[in-house]
Amino acid sequence: MVKDSSSMAPRLSDFCYPDAPEEDKYSVCVHCGFCLEVCPTYQAWGDENHSPRGRVFLIKSCAEGELPLDESVIDPVFTCLDCRACETVCPSGVQVGALVEEARGQVFHARREHGDRDPLMRLFLRGIFPRPGRLKTIRRLMRFYQKSGLRTLARSTGVMRVLPPQAREMEDVIPEIGRGPAIDVLPTVMVPKGARKATAALFTGCVMDVFFSDVNEATARVMVRNGVEVHVPREQICCGALQVHAGDRDMAREMAKKNIEVFERAGVAYIAINAAGCGAALKEYPELFHDDPAWHERAVQFSARVRDITQLLVEVGFDPPKAELPMSITYHDACHLCHAQKIRREPRSLLTSVPGVDLREMPDSDRCCGSAGIYNLTHPDMAGELLERKMDDVPEGVEAIVMGNPGCMMQIRLGVKKRNQQLRVMHTVEVLDLAYQREETP
Amino acid sequence: MRDSHIDALVEIVGERRCLWQPNQVRAYACDGYTAESGLPRAVVFPESTDEVAQICRYLYEHEIPYLPRGAGTGLSGGATPTGGQVVINLARMNRLLAVDFANLRAIVQPGLVNLTLTRRIAHEDCYYAPDPSSQSVCTIGGNFAENAGGSHCLKYGVTTNHIVAAKVVLPDGSVIDVGAPFGDAPGYDLLGLLVGSEGTLGIATEITVRILKKPQALRTALAYFERVADASDTVTDIIVAGIIPAAIEMMDQLAMQAVDKSNYHVGYPNDIEAVLLIEVDGLTAGVDDVMARVVELCRKHHVREVRVAQSDAERALWWSSRKMAFGAMGRLSPDYIVQDGVIPRTRLTEVLQKIEGISQRYGLRIANVFHAGDGNLHPLVLYDSRVPGEAERAVRAGSEVLRACVDAGGSITGEHGVGIEKIGEMAYMFSEDELQVQRAVKACFDGKGIVNAGKLIPLPGRCVEVKHAREIIDDHWQILNSFPDQAEVQVRAARAEKTAAKRTTSVQG
Repeated sequence: MVKDSSSMAPRLSDFCYPDAPEEDKYSVCVHCGFCLEVCPTYQAWGDENHSPRGRVFLIKSCAEGELPLDESVIDPVFTCLDCRACETVCPSGVQVGALVEEARGQVFHARREHGDRDPLMRLFLRGIFPRPGRLKTIRRLMRFYQKSGLRTLARSTGVMRVLPPQAREMEDVIPEIGRGPAIDVLPTVMVPKGARKATAALFTGCVMDVFFSDVNEATARVMVRNGVEVHVPREQICCGALQVHAGDRDMAREMAKKNIEVFERAGVAYIAINAAGCGAALKEYPELFHDDPAWHERAVQFSARVRDITQLLVEVGFDPPKAELPMSITYHDACHLCHAQKIRREPRSLLTSVPGVDLREMPDSDRCCGSAGIYNLTHPDMAGELLERKMDDVPEGVEAIVMGNPGCMMQIRLGVKKRNQQLRVMHTVEVLDLAYQREETP
Repeated sequence: MRDSHIDALVEIVGERRCLWQPNQVRAYACDGYTAESGLPRAVVFPESTDEVAQICRYLYEHEIPYLPRGAGTGLSGGATPTGGQVVINLARMNRLLAVDFANLRAIVQPGLVNLTLTRRIAHEDCYYAPDPSSQSVCTIGGNFAENAGGSHCLKYGVTTNHIVAAKVVLPDGSVIDVGAPFGDAPGYDLLGLLVGSEGTLGIATEITVRILKKPQALRTALAYFERVADASDTVTDIIVAGIIPAAIEMMDQLAMQAVDKSNYHVGYPNDIEAVLLIEVDGLTAGVDDVMARVVELCRKHHVREVRVAQSDAERALWWSSRKMAFGAMGRLSPDYIVQDGVIPRTRLTEVLQKIEGISQRYGLRIANVFHAGDGNLHPLVLYDSRVPGEAERAVRAGSEVLRACVDAGGSITGEHGVGIEKIGEMAYMFSEDELQVQRAVKACFDGKGIVNAGKLIPLPGRCVEVKHAREIIDDHWQILNSFPDQAEVQVRAARAEKTAAKRTTSVQG
């Protein structure tokens, strides 16, 4: 049987902007429904519209002109957490995440054309994240806010009440902002003491470097400790994942181009990233350039070099720490690590290599915690429900929940805070870093 | 359209649990059988028996057609609206109500997922035996409706052997209890009648199932055969030798290719015709001996390679590879129809040859994945609905496959149900008098003929109409094929016509 689309008349699609969801992607779905039960929104509501199969069906219907691009499509497409759990189980390999992101791109275009602007969203997507200078300013302001007593003042006067409750909750769990972002603090090149096993450029990220620059510093130390020469390209910018998730694909493309150029110049074998969301976005850069063969090729070359930090350490070979770190932990699989990048084994083998670490698995460790980029701000109810379920699954008696994504770290900090628990929220490399540091100070 | 009926439904379940805008109900246009679809009038999400009863009572009183739906993974269109029905979605009724480990019984709501039940009772080493391939998503209510089978039904029996009692909302909204949790229920076997009635006689809202203790030990083997005939002779010999394996599954080369392209990659050789997946279970003391005999029988029939799983992970992968095979067809083709014919085991080779002939005649690839142990075939007819005429050709090829099964002394369905898909073949299998008895049963429960009408039991004369219509459509497509530029427009028009025609039929019913 030969597929012959050339003989078909053009369809009157309701996706009328460039870079639309591709037929090759949605036609792969055979409607078996094996994805339903792993989808967090379907689990919550039992509504086909809010299942992966349903979303693909709606996107297909819209592409074929059977449905208009109205709320009936927009709501399910934006209620998706983009967690990709469906992609892990799908026997046909439907790229649900990419389809949802492309559909969001259509909505973004349509809204702009109809003058339906969300000024706050626009400020974040275009005004702040793509501009490293402004990000750093915000970081400085936040540090000032925390250190100067302004935070205490704001809380005591109740001025915080102008913020929506979900943003107020988040403000509550922002970690202590460190001295400076890793991108400024770290040397541009760090050379390992012994033999050099590989060269890698560290992608510092935006959220990670604003809120968790300590993790970036720990990442660099762990890489150097394991024989990797670390470069920190100063001109890199945010990866653009938030833009892709929100449908602002034009902006995401510009950001991707900038990063591709910067990291091409770095002349290193690997691009190392410690944020699962960014890692997945970087590995999926080629998705943004379907209509641009030259950039597509450069994106493919770029993506082939991207490694999650845990993947990189396992690939180049790591030294198991020699010092004892007695600690019972549980591990949360960030969606964009386990589902989008298929990385499950590597973080676990790093963690269990640390003498004294007792890893106790939590049930459904790969179910979304509800963070999902800015989902916890846009869909607080669903995000809250998922956070509750995640916290319920944390095994009794562990001292830390470990994971590989800053969004999850923020969300789970919130969960810990809400329940008043004595639990540390840590990144995988922080555990390793801690163990290595103990080697030096016995 | 929001009308007084919608208001009445909203009154029962609330605004948030009733979808009625046409664009919101579109996702409910079909289940796992995608060749036909229709738009429902509304979709409601009840959460209790009482709500289901209220909904049914209202709809029946106002003569509004309706049908139940579980996860929508059915493969014969049982949960597909034919146009204008209210879909009663039971997905939110997914609680495990009670478990009695000592007596090995569990009471579940219909929306509870099959595998979820097993997971929730696993801590006591118990499980629920019927295991359709879709067990990770399909609901026990749906299994009840379709009398679902599964790989391990060879030894343990199908759904009807595991359901002992149920609370059922009848078409008019009255609620009855059927069956008996322990022992036999005297009188007519109403439970037996309801299990497998495909949602045409009522909606089970509380289901009491038998649960089993896990067998002490399992052994699983994978056997590669160069010729299908050798594989099927092996199957027959195993049964004749008095061995009752927990499961014997077969896949052909095309099916192997599909799953090997998926996340569930096993790495099957590309020059074998068939692979058998054989599982034996029982007492630890016996399983190795039984497996040794199975391996010996495979060797007797020229197996190229036979391996016994060395770990749970390996066994799980082999099973996933088999169970995900339908879903993996998207790797080969955008659409498929899966058939469900049953034949006497001994005629496997012959029927598979016939299927190969049908495949060539229709110019459509057919993959075979099936429960070899009980002769339950699942030929997957691959097609591309975007190519004008291909969907119709696939339906006809599928129909011919079923007739070949009936001719071989078998049946048109083993576990997927008749639904919309095989309704035309019912008249091939049964005489008009036999069908008349079935219609009389339907009328006892649903005098108005509005509950999941147009499924399972063909109306008088319907079969002839369907046959006639198919012939016309076939000619129609051949004409269309010569005007490729117009094709797409015409496909839409024809689809609309078909839906309209179906709507008329169901209104008449």
